[in-house]
Amino acid sequence: MSTVATVPEGTVNPYALSHLDSLESEAVHIFREVAGEFERPVILFSGGKDSILMLHLALKAFAPAPVPFTLLHVDTGHNFPEVLEYRDRTVEKHGLRLHVASVQEYIDAGKLRERPDGTRNPLQTVPLTEAIQQHRFDAVFGGGRRDEEKARAKERVFSLRDEFSQWDPRRQRPELWQLYNGRHAPGEHVRVFPISNWTELDVWQYIEREGIELPGIYFAHEREVFSRSGMWLTAGDWGGPKDHEKVETRQVRYRTVGDMSCTGAVDSDATTLDAVITEIAASRLTERGATRADDKMSEAAMEDRKREGYF
Amino acid sequence: MSITTEQLSATTLLRFATAGSVDDGKSTLVGRLLHDSKSVLTDQLEAVALASTNRGQEAPDLALLTDGLRAEREQGITIDVAYRYFATPRRRFILADTPGHVQYTRNMVTGASTAELAVVLVDARNGVVEQTRRHAAVAALLRVPHVVLAVNKMDLVDYAEPVFASIAEEFTAYAASLGVPEITAIPISALAGDNVVEPSAHMDWYGGPTVLEHLETVPVSHDLTACHARFPVQYVIRPQSAEHPDYRGYAGQIAAGVFRVGETVSVLPSGRTTTIEGIDALGESVDIAWAPQSVTIRLADDIDISRGDLIAPADDAPTITQDVEATVCHVADQPLTVGQRVLLKHTTRTVKAIVKDIPSRLTLDDLSQHPDPGQLVANDIGRVVVRTAEPLALDTYAASRRTGSFLLIDPADGTTLTAGMAGASFAAEADADADTSAEDAEWDF
Repeated sequence: MSTVATVPEGTVNPYALSHLDSLESEAVHIFREVAGEFERPVILFSGGKDSILMLHLALKAFAPAPVPFTLLHVDTGHNFPEVLEYRDRTVEKHGLRLHVASVQEYIDAGKLRERPDGTRNPLQTVPLTEAIQQHRFDAVFGGGRRDEEKARAKERVFSLRDEFSQWDPRRQRPELWQLYNGRHAPGEHVRVFPISNWTELDVWQYIEREGIELPGIYFAHEREVFSRSGMWLTAGDWGGPKDHEKVETRQVRYRTVGDMSCTGAVDSDATTLDAVITEIAASRLTERGATRADDKMSEAAMEDRKREGYF
Repeated sequence: MSITTEQLSATTLLRFATAGSVDDGKSTLVGRLLHDSKSVLTDQLEAVALASTNRGQEAPDLALLTDGLRAEREQGITIDVAYRYFATPRRRFILADTPGHVQYTRNMVTGASTAELAVVLVDARNGVVEQTRRHAAVAALLRVPHVVLAVNKMDLVDYAEPVFASIAEEFTAYAASLGVPEITAIPISALAGDNVVEPSAHMDWYGGPTVLEHLETVPVSHDLTACHARFPVQYVIRPQSAEHPDYRGYAGQIAAGVFRVGETVSVLPSGRTTTIEGIDALGESVDIAWAPQSVTIRLADDIDISRGDLIAPADDAPTITQDVEATVCHVADQPLTVGQRVLLKHTTRTVKAIVKDIPSRLTLDDLSQHPDPGQLVANDIGRVVVRTAEPLALDTYAASRRTGSFLLIDPADGTTLTAGMAGASFAAEADADADTSAEDAEWDF
């Protein structure tokens, strides 16, 4: 005996949630679990689309009360000015409290050394982990998604970090049902990823549905860029272009926003949310495959950084 | 892939898990699903092609889309579930990719705990083997609503209908006896692509759906009006602002059923009764809300409610108990022993508890039970009796996956020890009295 699908074509369950509603409900549940169980949570906020999405979800989760978390930004010193402007405006608009951990200050104080390739993304780990210790944050929200990268596909929603902020993929707690275990010893903390199950496309569709404002660099615009390792990097004081690299003006947009030294732009004429969604749905490259130099450094680049405490 | 924005917004989400050893072709099936649904992007394919070349293979090995991406350096991870994402115009999917070896039973339990459907793979040449029975048992134990039997490698048995029919019949009878509510059997060849995404040209005798077609059309939730409504309070929202001086809302995710404004509800464990004054669905006031929506409920009376309490219809509240009997899967490396002091996390409530008894342990190899094992070790499935320090509003797992499940946690180091499913054995049809019959007693572990 073999049975076939039991639901006739076209039958709609009135109680079925759309995939965006399911993901939203799950993320809100995770935010509220942390609010209920931790003393000093913080949201990593960079002004990038994933952290903007997280903040939006947190605002909805606790409305009409304010978000019961502070924000933390690890500023590499090479961030896009538009993004920093967006960050400050958003913090003020919602009456939030922002901590900034500055990579530049660590370099100036001689506690970190500039890398020969000029990339500051890996340098964020030390200021991040020290800020966590200094402020005694016990839960740190990150906008990491499992679809981004193979090391992140292994990540739990609640991810325990030891007193050195290290991630040990061999010691992860199994995560069953919606029962998240946030217990930790003093000095340890938990990284929390409320949008683990979202894909890049989900993020964009939700941004469109909710009418969330984004920094302009996510939409196609004319920009002075130069080519390095197959990516269009923004020219600037941070260290580009070098002598043999030629600056040109192109119409581009960003799919991810990180440090200027490692985040590439893509050629695009998508100036609206609709056009961005259409472009991503048709793209044959993953988000990070297209535009992130830091993941290309080695086969295990992300995992290695995560082990050290990177988000 | 030509999906319009409207189509994308209308889609629902299906969470499913796969079970089966590498030899059964699970990785190839997952790779084939991802590849043929055009969910694999160029840079990922290039990575697979490179890895295949490095291994001396001529063609890109689709299995490497899953196995290869979890590189050798990651081997030995004890709890090793990876989540993967793909989409069709009709539905979005979250796949819990779980290795199916017996020593990793806890992996499948982890993946199946949130799955609405499980795909159990069988090699057509071998038929139903111990491993298959184990997977069916775990799916039944976790009460996964839909089970797909994928009879793989049909190309190696000349696409013969009798081979498929006999395996499907044996599995369906076995799984049904365990209480699996719905079974769909599909003959496939993951390697050749038969009946995975595209209908097979080799099996005219099969009139059912392909694997993907079934995944796209299977209902994702049951009729929630029939479920007992349950709302665990997560967090109390009290703005105390000039704009909202008196707002007091109970935030949470509806665990089961439907709640309506005006409904009379009880707050457990105190048992106080009041009515629902309003429901705020993330900023929007609504008259009705249902699982799994995250909402905020406002009550007519100002009674003492905090995180860990449960709101339920006054005429349909769960029983309150401090004595929990459950089937459990032990997921930690350190054992669970009689007399051990633990923490029990149930919905949003964590209480102290003590393991009073471990009446039996199941051997998954032959599904035989051993009385009084004294302890459970990693991957063991058994019955436990736990006494809690405070009363719990506990349903049976059979009635509600969300309010019938719990974790046991080591109070010393926070380790998640055990996944618990309250109530009678998994094979019992609906409720406790079923395990009094001699037939069911055999399954009562």
